[in-house]
Amino acid sequence: MNQLQNFTKGFIKENPILVLVLGTCPTLATTTSALNGLGMGAATTFVLACSNVAISLLAGLIPEKVRIPAYVVIIASFVTIVDLVMQAYTPSLYETLGVFVPLIVVNCIVLGRAEAFANKNGVLSSFVDGAGMGLGFTMALGIMGAIREILGTGSIFGYKFVPGDGILIFILAPGAFFVLGYLIAIVNKIKKA
Amino acid sequence: MAKTESTFKNMVLSLSLISTGFAICLGLVYGVTKEPIEQSAINKKIAAISQVVPEFDNDPNSEMFQMATPEGDSLDIYPAKNGEEIIAYAVNTYTMNGFSGQIDLMVGFDAEGSIIDINVLDHSETPGLGSKMTDPTFKDQFKGVDPSTFSLGVKKDGGDVDAITAATISSRAFGDAVQRAYKTLFPNGPDAYTGATSDTTATSGTTAISDTTTINQ
Repeated sequence: MNQLQNFTKGFIKENPILVLVLGTCPTLATTTSALNGLGMGAATTFVLACSNVAISLLAGLIPEKVRIPAYVVIIASFVTIVDLVMQAYTPSLYETLGVFVPLIVVNCIVLGRAEAFANKNGVLSSFVDGAGMGLGFTMALGIMGAIREILGTGSIFGYKFVPGDGILIFILAPGAFFVLGYLIAIVNKIKKA
Repeated sequence: MAKTESTFKNMVLSLSLISTGFAICLGLVYGVTKEPIEQSAINKKIAAISQVVPEFDNDPNSEMFQMATPEGDSLDIYPAKNGEEIIAYAVNTYTMNGFSGQIDLMVGFDAEGSIIDINVLDHSETPGLGSKMTDPTFKDQFKGVDPSTFSLGVKKDGGDVDAITAATISSRAFGDAVQRAYKTLFPNGPDAYTGATSDTTATSGTTAISDTTTINQ
């Protein structure tokens, strides 16, 4: 496939969370608002792109039997870099995301793309794959965060347009599952059409 | 690319090289971000303090001192000054009795012992219920209050605090944190407090504690 298809497959056709259903834990937990979802998506996209490139570069040098530990070291290093940079330059977003930034290490999307794509493909393709998947993830998180924020608090990006409380369940755990389920169903329908 | 064989030597070598290489990168990033991280922690504190005390011209963070709570641990207290005169104290207090655990507050007291304002620093209370403690409609009832005459228990417990509807436990915990701050800063009541005034400028916490305990005796 050409690079454009490679890039855009992560948006709908192979969306990591809505089609491949990977990384549901951070999705459910960090989409309490549109901004949180987008921030989390941005951090994950950075890690995905960087680790895909690094793993693609080093793939030939890593013996088969130690590839998982090696990949995890690489991924964990990039996540730590993101963690430190966010803590230094975006402290309020860092605090809201809390423990979920370090948890990007075990986000199945990252290791999944490393195993499925980066160790078999060239550097540019791997970068494009990582960036595309990351952007697809970010879009899904942003949409989910927006829906939960609008329905759950009557505001969007912190700007309140409905006075009083929203439908509180949408910012709690059950609401997350409902919204994710419906989004997956909608994307399934779009793909079939 | 030719595949590297999984011999013991290769495995050890590749893992060691990758780990060392990335450790060096991390060390570099750590060095670059260390100062901004420290600075943003300080900024956060100053922002929290500024919200609960009137305008000041000192650096409350560098003049922070600690005082013992009735339970035996200590709270951080930040004096806000206008020139040489202390105009307010911001107390970083907590309670463990929140519905979902610890709640951290920054309470601003004036020198006479009345509450100026309260800022919720951290909590895990239920959204839409206990989380309403950050709303002015709940918090503002504490403004200007003198805890020596105003009981910080909820009305249900015979106190004066108007609790959040359906969030009595959170409201009770909030009052508990404020009470802890008051009892720590003014252990013998506001009139008896001569407190850490010019003694505390640029001194460490331990000196201040021994100063205040001798004075209050």
